[in-house]
Amino acid sequence: MTGSPLIRALDRVGVVFLVLLAIIAVAVPLGNLLVPPSSPWHVSLYFVSLFGKYVCYAILALAIDLIWGYCGILSLGHGAFFALGGYAMGMYMMRQIGTRGVYANPLLPDFMVFLNWKELPFYWHGFQYFAYAALMVALVPGLLAFVFGWFAFRSRVTGVYLSIITQALTFALMLGFFRNNFGFGGNNGLTDFKDILGFNVQSAETRSALFAASVITLGLGFYLCRAIVASKLGKVLIAIRDAENRVRFLGYRVESYKLFVFTLSACMAGIAGALYVPQVGIINPSEFAPGNSIEAVIWVAVGGRGTLIGAVLGAILVNYAKTTFTSGTLAPYWLFVLGGLFVAVTLLLPRGIVGTAEHWWRGRGPKTRGNGVAPAGVADPHPAE
Amino acid sequence: MRALYGRLRALAVAFGLLLAAAAANAQSFDEALTGFTADSFSDTENAIGAVARSGNARAADVIAALQDGRLLFDPDGKKVYIKEKDDRIAEAATGQAVAGAPANLRPVRLNNRLRRAVEAALGGLSLFAEDPGRRFDAAQAVFKSRDEAALPALESALAKEAEPWVKTALAEARAAVVLNMSGASEADKLAAIPAIRARGDQDSVALLAGLPANTPPAVTKAANDAIASIQSSLEVWSAVQNAWYGLSLGSVLLLAAIGLAITFGVMGVINMAHGEMVMLGAYTTFVVQEVIRAYNPGLFGYSVVIAVPLAFAVSGSIGVLIERGIIRFLYGRPLETLLATWGLSLILQQAVRTAFGPTNRDVGSPSWMSGAFDVGQLNITYNRLWIICFSLAVFVGLLGLLRFTRFGLEMRAVTQNRPMAASMGIRTGRIDALAFGLGSGIAGIAGVALSQIDNVSPNLGQGYIIDSFMVVVFGGVGNLWGTLLGAFTLGIANKFLEPYAGAVLGKIAILVLIILFIQKRPRGLFALRGRAVEA
Repeated sequence: MTGSPLIRALDRVGVVFLVLLAIIAVAVPLGNLLVPPSSPWHVSLYFVSLFGKYVCYAILALAIDLIWGYCGILSLGHGAFFALGGYAMGMYMMRQIGTRGVYANPLLPDFMVFLNWKELPFYWHGFQYFAYAALMVALVPGLLAFVFGWFAFRSRVTGVYLSIITQALTFALMLGFFRNNFGFGGNNGLTDFKDILGFNVQSAETRSALFAASVITLGLGFYLCRAIVASKLGKVLIAIRDAENRVRFLGYRVESYKLFVFTLSACMAGIAGALYVPQVGIINPSEFAPGNSIEAVIWVAVGGRGTLIGAVLGAILVNYAKTTFTSGTLAPYWLFVLGGLFVAVTLLLPRGIVGTAEHWWRGRGPKTRGNGVAPAGVADPHPAE
Repeated sequence: MRALYGRLRALAVAFGLLLAAAAANAQSFDEALTGFTADSFSDTENAIGAVARSGNARAADVIAALQDGRLLFDPDGKKVYIKEKDDRIAEAATGQAVAGAPANLRPVRLNNRLRRAVEAALGGLSLFAEDPGRRFDAAQAVFKSRDEAALPALESALAKEAEPWVKTALAEARAAVVLNMSGASEADKLAAIPAIRARGDQDSVALLAGLPANTPPAVTKAANDAIASIQSSLEVWSAVQNAWYGLSLGSVLLLAAIGLAITFGVMGVINMAHGEMVMLGAYTTFVVQEVIRAYNPGLFGYSVVIAVPLAFAVSGSIGVLIERGIIRFLYGRPLETLLATWGLSLILQQAVRTAFGPTNRDVGSPSWMSGAFDVGQLNITYNRLWIICFSLAVFVGLLGLLRFTRFGLEMRAVTQNRPMAASMGIRTGRIDALAFGLGSGIAGIAGVALSQIDNVSPNLGQGYIIDSFMVVVFGGVGNLWGTLLGAFTLGIANKFLEPYAGAVLGKIAILVLIILFIQKRPRGLFALRGRAVEA
């Protein structure tokens, strides 16, 4: 708790978590690349890309937890920001294909040649540069969130209304991206990527590097969220979550706080999407499906909202369960499990796994309040929605 | 004067035709038939014309056989036969089956020119058919073909015709022929234009715009005037059409949203499984129809009527179960309610998928719900009409229930002030459960209606959930009138945007408009005022 300001934001668990992430970021790629496949310590490529995917989901969950757990904004449209970031990265990789596409057109991606387009749409310009694409990955979702949030928070759209409007937002985007003349590959989306920054996306080295990059991003994201929620800004956010009107009457500009944290969260979601796309090799409009966004919310709920670590844990656990279920004979029952999870978590485990553990720990130990961050807001019997 | 002259001429021609036909009937028909035995295209063409003109009762059969390649001839005996559908050989002139048909029968050959002549002849023949529907179809066919050869037949048919609607069609067909005939006088052509103008559809515009090159300038000018007037009236009709489609979509939205207006609007419970209640209603209809098909097919016409109360019972009781089992523990936590009911919707979908399979199930329409009729240029299908009436009936019924029954009174009391209602002796928990059951049951009824116009699949409800939430949010929470207005506004706005923006962009535009609208009126068109807002 003491010492350099850099770690002041972190509690003990947070430090342990970051150290763990650092170890994973190094050990897993090494285990894949250096340890021979015969060794029991070898990490398979399947594992690397699977967990690389989960880590991206975990960043998304972190973004959702930041706004839902600490500011009470339940966004059912965060999948849209995730997908937009993914599309920005996908556009970069499409431009990298160049003449290696089926139609070998140096400028136009295959689907544009197929649709008989003559020139590149203006919004595709600049995506041949990685730096530009990397900027857009955060900027586009951030800008959308800023504009959307500016309208929504200014007119005090809160609670379930906001949730439904965000769901409508991602639904509208899904309909739009399904259209061919939108210029993003329509139904099929963007795929057939060849390389990223000159490295083959299929190779084990690139996959390991992407995995490490995702884990490092997760660590940075976690640190950033932690720094925010432990600061004075974070206390205001929690106050907004628990009693929005009271905070407003105390003279805080609630909408500015909400707008800041919502935009930041959307940027994080966009970055998560950008890391996700090279690892799965495709981005298509179904990523915008409202169901995906709600599923991301349940990861946070399972892990424990307002705990950050819980969001990460929940994302990985639920997705691991999903993979296990959907790849076996149990596939038809996965939706029962997922649906049951929604019901069970909200009814029986409202604090989530980490929240419950924390609560239990705190009930046993001395009555300290840690570094001043309140536990998840579910303890409040009358949350001001 | 001109019109009178035209009519007299038509009469005279018709008269002449009838006389000629009567005089020459039997003999000329046999003679005409021998024309088919020459095995030359030009003789065959003459024979087609002669048979068509003969007025013989067998003429239509003979020409139809020719069209199907079933008209056979015996080159030696110079006789013509028809191969019936069941492969029997009959004499063409009499229709009598012949036992020992000659062995060397050959079909009468046709080329493309002759095929057109056959079609025109058939069209001309069915102008005199017994059934007015067939006469009408024949007139429409002539309107499309604009075949000069059909003119005499048209005019005699026109003179005989008693049914006014067939007569109109015949007059239009005649006008179409005259306008495209190079031999017709300018006066005749000018006289023909009003008939086309009165028809006033896209085909008329196409006809008037595509007049032959040698048309006199006065006629072209009159045609252009007529096109302008038809097009302006068509625009009005297309607006009416859009409004009708909008009303139809609005009624569907109303049905889907009105149950939500109870659960979300009145009780403040977000039910993401509402769409699945609709889906269950649709599957109830499916099951009812399957049972009826299996045990008592005669009842099929009533299947939808039987399904309505059953769907209400199924969805309503599941709704009560959901409220008692899950939602009542989550009152005051709307975000958690949202998540839990979303989970429920996944479970219900998967349960239905497991029970009925993932594919679309076939739900039939009773005969009184299928078909369509025309009002002017507007095509109205019965099922859409019924759904509009049905949704309004459900709306009025629900309004009456809330306004005039004890349950409605208690529900309104609980909505307005729960503690006070409880202290007056109202069992609020029971009211909650019943109100939720009511909202879900109405969703089930909506499912019965939607099964008639949409695919019955496990995903049926998903397509409506966002739209219905939009309706409720737009109309204002806690007000049924707002839901009504919201549903029809969104339905009509959607259909008016579609022609300009396309279906998908129209939908996106609507969503954006709602998002902007909520800026102005965050609580919908009809907002609750006072303390209820912050409750």
